[in-house]
Amino acid sequence: MSRETALRKPRAKIGPGAIVAYILALITVAPLLWMALSAFRPGAEVFSASWPKHLTLDNFTFVLTEVPFFTYLGNSALVSVVVTVVSLFLHTMCGYALARMRFRGRGLFFGMVVSTLFVSLPVILVPLFMVTRALGMVDTYFGLIVPALFNAFGIFLLRQFYLNIPSELEDAARLDGCGYLRMYWHLILPLSRPIMSSLAVLFFLANWNSFVWPLTVAQSENLRVVQVGISSLSGQYGADYQYILAASVLAAIPTVIVFIFGQRRLVDSLKTTGLK
Amino acid sequence: MSRTSLTRLVPRSRPGESRAAFGFVALDGLGLIVFVALPAILALVIGLFNVDGFGKIEFAGLHNFQLMAGDKLLWKSLGITTAFTAMFVPTAFVVSLCLALLVRKPFPGVGLVRTALFLPNVISLVVIAVMWQFLLTDKVGVVPEMLGGVGLGDVSWLGDPALALPTLAFVCVWFLMGYQMLIFLAGLQDIPGELYDAATVDGANAWQRFWGVTWPSLRPTSFFVLITSLVNALAGSLGFDLVMVLTKGGPANSTSTVVFYAYQQAFLYGRFGYAAAICGLMVAISIVITGALFALTRGGRFDES
Repeated sequence: MSRETALRKPRAKIGPGAIVAYILALITVAPLLWMALSAFRPGAEVFSASWPKHLTLDNFTFVLTEVPFFTYLGNSALVSVVVTVVSLFLHTMCGYALARMRFRGRGLFFGMVVSTLFVSLPVILVPLFMVTRALGMVDTYFGLIVPALFNAFGIFLLRQFYLNIPSELEDAARLDGCGYLRMYWHLILPLSRPIMSSLAVLFFLANWNSFVWPLTVAQSENLRVVQVGISSLSGQYGADYQYILAASVLAAIPTVIVFIFGQRRLVDSLKTTGLK
Repeated sequence: MSRTSLTRLVPRSRPGESRAAFGFVALDGLGLIVFVALPAILALVIGLFNVDGFGKIEFAGLHNFQLMAGDKLLWKSLGITTAFTAMFVPTAFVVSLCLALLVRKPFPGVGLVRTALFLPNVISLVVIAVMWQFLLTDKVGVVPEMLGGVGLGDVSWLGDPALALPTLAFVCVWFLMGYQMLIFLAGLQDIPGELYDAATVDGANAWQRFWGVTWPSLRPTSFFVLITSLVNALAGSLGFDLVMVLTKGGPANSTSTVVFYAYQQAFLYGRFGYAAAICGLMVAISIVITGALFALTRGGRFDES
């Protein structure tokens, strides 16, 4: 809160620190801006280090017409949106039960959530692939979506959030004769709106950007997601950077948009991942 | 143990509570077990078996672990992962802490500056990899072009086995510094201003205020940043996605991290059992680090109470 009030004071002066910060910020985004600019250059000039004399949309047209890039974008959108929505439902229910309800094995269950917090995908990739294959989900949308749903971090964060909601609200709902499901739907979900939107931004970005799992689990071209598409483009058109860059820009646009609109939310959720 | 704390929180059990709770956790619980816990356990166990790409399984005893002991490339990849971690973790830590201190106090456009510093983190690692490949392309890329002015135009940042790993670490720092900066900013906000006022009254200069107030107060934050970036560097996507696209483990295997090596063993050579044995080793290392984290922060922010 104190930061917000501090931010609203525009009286601060531009000191040497601020100038260093401006320069560093510019250096940080320069590679991204250069990539975006180069994606609009004609193929022969893609490596040119000078300011472009003319810009073209040909690279984008090529990627969208000669490569099934719309399919890739569609697959990524489908997977990211479904995973985000479904996992938010699952994790809010689970987190709520872990924080506010009593049941046998709760400690054990929470122990499992905590101990899987730092299990990273690359490390379990091979056995996860074997499990998914045993379930017959390899090369299906289920294989892309289902294993991505279960995220100990999301459950953990939501549980921490629900620990802090006042129990008077639940008591009042209970007095009104609310069952658990109605309480969840009419009380808990509306209360969780802020943290859910933070997590939605986080989950969407993570799934839109995910690469290794889709690469491993989906072989057919019609299941290809955008990140895998770019990686295969770079194998196919290695020398024709203009196409790869155009594809990269197309893949980055949704994340930048989500980031700009969900920035405050994302920042909040990132800050809570480790602290408080 | 949980029973006593619960009786304290909720005086009386309610009818149907347990059944409802099971309903609430059922799907997520099942999914976590099948898609996270089971693979993690399998990673530890499957090393005892020979598994090929078609799902044939036979008991192999310690064979895979004996193979690991004699696998020079695996040892090399362990060395590479260690070297990468040693380069990346401290650099990212120092850079992001400095950035956080720099953008801590408001100045015109501070929000925009923070956004800009964080921006690389929202782009996918695949795009990041492709982009740096393009920027660093030998001779014609914009970076060699610009460095030509200081006589570094002929350096092959991704093609020289001695430079590829440091280049990778640099890209990772650039990618992750904004995220760690935000974590540090959150930690900095929690430091009461009175501490600084008191230090100033005592005549401390900026340097002394940092080491006397900021640094000790930031300890939990620093600890969190260190552990997460450590786990990420050892076994996370950083050492994997980027390697997959940016260097493919090369040149001359100089960027072949352990997780990348295991992936190749499984999906290139079909040696699933052996790859799982390697992953098992990494799971074990991750568990040790996580265990250390929770042991060291007991009673702190991660604790249940």
